[in-house]
Amino acid sequence: MSIANPGAEPTVLPAPRRATTAEKGQWALIYRRFRRHRLAWWSGLVVIAIYLVAAFAEFVAPYGPETYSSRYTYAPPQMLKFGGRDAQGNFVLAYVNGIKSTVDPLTVQRVYVSDPKAVIPVGLFVKGEPYHLLGLIPWDRHLIGPVDPKAPFYLWGADRLGRDVLSLTIHGARVSMSIGLVGVAISLFLGILFGGISGYYGGWVDEVVQRSIDFLKSIPTIPLWMGFAAAIPTNIDPLMVYFWITVILSLLGWTELARVVRGRFLSLRTEDFVLAARLDGCSQQRVIWRHMVPSFTSHIIASVTLAIPSMILAETALSFLGIGLKPPVISWGVLLKDAQNLLAVTTAPWLFIPGIAVVVAVLALNFLGDGIRDAADPYN
Amino acid sequence: MLRFLLRRLTYMAVTLAAVSVVVFIVIQLPPGDFLTSYVARYSEQGGSVDTAMLESMRAQYGLGQPWYVQYWRWISNIVFEGDFGQSFDWNRPVSSLLWDRMGMTLLLSFITLVVTWAVSLPIGIYSAVRRYSALDYVVTFLSFLGLAIPSFLLALVLMFVLSRGLGADVGGFFSAEYINAPWSWGKVADLAKHLYLPVFVLAVHGTASLVRIMRANLLDELNKPYVTTARAAGLPERTVLLRYPVRVALNPFVSTIGWILPELVSGTVIVGVVLSLPTAGPLLLGALLSQDMYLAGSFILLLSALTILGSFISDLLLAWLDPRVRHG
Repeated sequence: MSIANPGAEPTVLPAPRRATTAEKGQWALIYRRFRRHRLAWWSGLVVIAIYLVAAFAEFVAPYGPETYSSRYTYAPPQMLKFGGRDAQGNFVLAYVNGIKSTVDPLTVQRVYVSDPKAVIPVGLFVKGEPYHLLGLIPWDRHLIGPVDPKAPFYLWGADRLGRDVLSLTIHGARVSMSIGLVGVAISLFLGILFGGISGYYGGWVDEVVQRSIDFLKSIPTIPLWMGFAAAIPTNIDPLMVYFWITVILSLLGWTELARVVRGRFLSLRTEDFVLAARLDGCSQQRVIWRHMVPSFTSHIIASVTLAIPSMILAETALSFLGIGLKPPVISWGVLLKDAQNLLAVTTAPWLFIPGIAVVVAVLALNFLGDGIRDAADPYN
Repeated sequence: MLRFLLRRLTYMAVTLAAVSVVVFIVIQLPPGDFLTSYVARYSEQGGSVDTAMLESMRAQYGLGQPWYVQYWRWISNIVFEGDFGQSFDWNRPVSSLLWDRMGMTLLLSFITLVVTWAVSLPIGIYSAVRRYSALDYVVTFLSFLGLAIPSFLLALVLMFVLSRGLGADVGGFFSAEYINAPWSWGKVADLAKHLYLPVFVLAVHGTASLVRIMRANLLDELNKPYVTTARAAGLPERTVLLRYPVRVALNPFVSTIGWILPELVSGTVIVGVVLSLPTAGPLLLGALLSQDMYLAGSFILLLSALTILGSFISDLLLAWLDPRVRHG
């Protein structure tokens, strides 16, 4: 000991090292872990991009949802080419070739051939049909489109009415992606309500809620959805149909969320920090909202993200069968209904493209949800 | 075990009763009772309806009486007499339309379930044991893709590719010459030739999720001390794997039948419509679109009963596998 040896120099204690992680909040930790999950990070960007496209659909799409052209029914996709000369010999950066259509004298079907001589210059922020951005701001610029608004421009081909599949897919994103959000919002409300009640009160309340969840999970959903969806009157406003479909989807979809909420509630009740808060004299409300809820919100966000894709898939399936959304509403499912006919698809395989949009959106949301779930618990 | 069985049976009976109430609500949802739509359809075609027959039907189904009386008539007719009511689209008793279709649905679901299990089990084990190997990444990616593709889209694309690229005869269960033929080896072979596409399409979704589950379950088990012990005892790797951790990982896997089945039955409905299979799907859809509610309701009821029975069997299987369940 130092007292026994007065000649020794007093030992200098090293300054306590600053722990870098201890000062970061829970959300910063979650974010850091999430960043490391590269696939989830990129999927998150894709999801944001899809929602931006959906929000600004009128601007992004070359045409409006109702624009059609009887001259170009089932026109095949045009290839976007770079660096060429137009009819006057001027240099154009990006262009598509024109389409020449002839009618087959035998089958009376339109046959399209690409016309390499016709050069249709394509530009960004071109003038086109007027619209209201976000329903408010009148504008007529489109992100991409032909410089001459009258020229044919079908990057993803045209459907049976001569509508541009690219534009339709972009406009369809709005309904298809939002139906997931609205449906999940309703499910979340039900899930937190019932899951919370179940986990908080326990006992027979818990038993009743759990058995009801088991019951709902044991019914095959599609037939039941079909039953409910078929009961929606056909003569009401399409917007109401949209509303009812989301309600039906979420009435059967809240069980998973309720399960997560209940499980979290139960496991957190016995955690040390909850006990500590209680012993410190915190009120019931404070224990729940200040201590318990923050530690499972990340899990809830993950479950919500994972619930959106199943809603999107369900809407697509119902609309595809003809008992979900119906034209004039445009959603990916409604668009895919056109691809139902094998004959139509054989002549125009590009009608499958909205399906690719569904797959990309669902994949991105699944990867994103997986990443959030992995990052949700930064302390383990 | 007997107590477990009894509890589980009671629970199944209650669930079935609850389902029947829900289905009855679905039947009642369209405005007006079904006789009004029946009369409307009849007079549309210029026919007149026999009022005496109408009255007798009104009495038979208890129309105009409180809903619980109507419900009781409906369900007791089904349970005690096998009478599912009348299909107005087909002008035939529902039960004559039902069983044939349900048999095919059951067959398709069962084959798909077997295929799903047979494929997902080894793949799941492989990708857990060789975690982060190239093949594991491929499997993981494919299973995510399998979960993301709507089954009807997969069916459509495959139908398109097969019929255009290979000239294969897709859709339906039988070739034209066998549809009304009596059963023979030729007919069975023909059925097999038509079955692979719907089975594949239906199995994709379930396989994808089961592979994920098996992989996760097994990964939890692989690092446990008992595995090390078995290895230290000098058992060959294959025996170590199959005898202990795989067996434990199987338990939660078995209980997934309970929710794979409802999904599978849901899938059969959609895929049946796309591939025009003689299963419950197309008939159910047609019945719903024309509000032939007794036919639609009977299908929903039977499909649900089928799944509930399936989960019951899977629970028994689980109890047999895992003693903790039957004493819990």
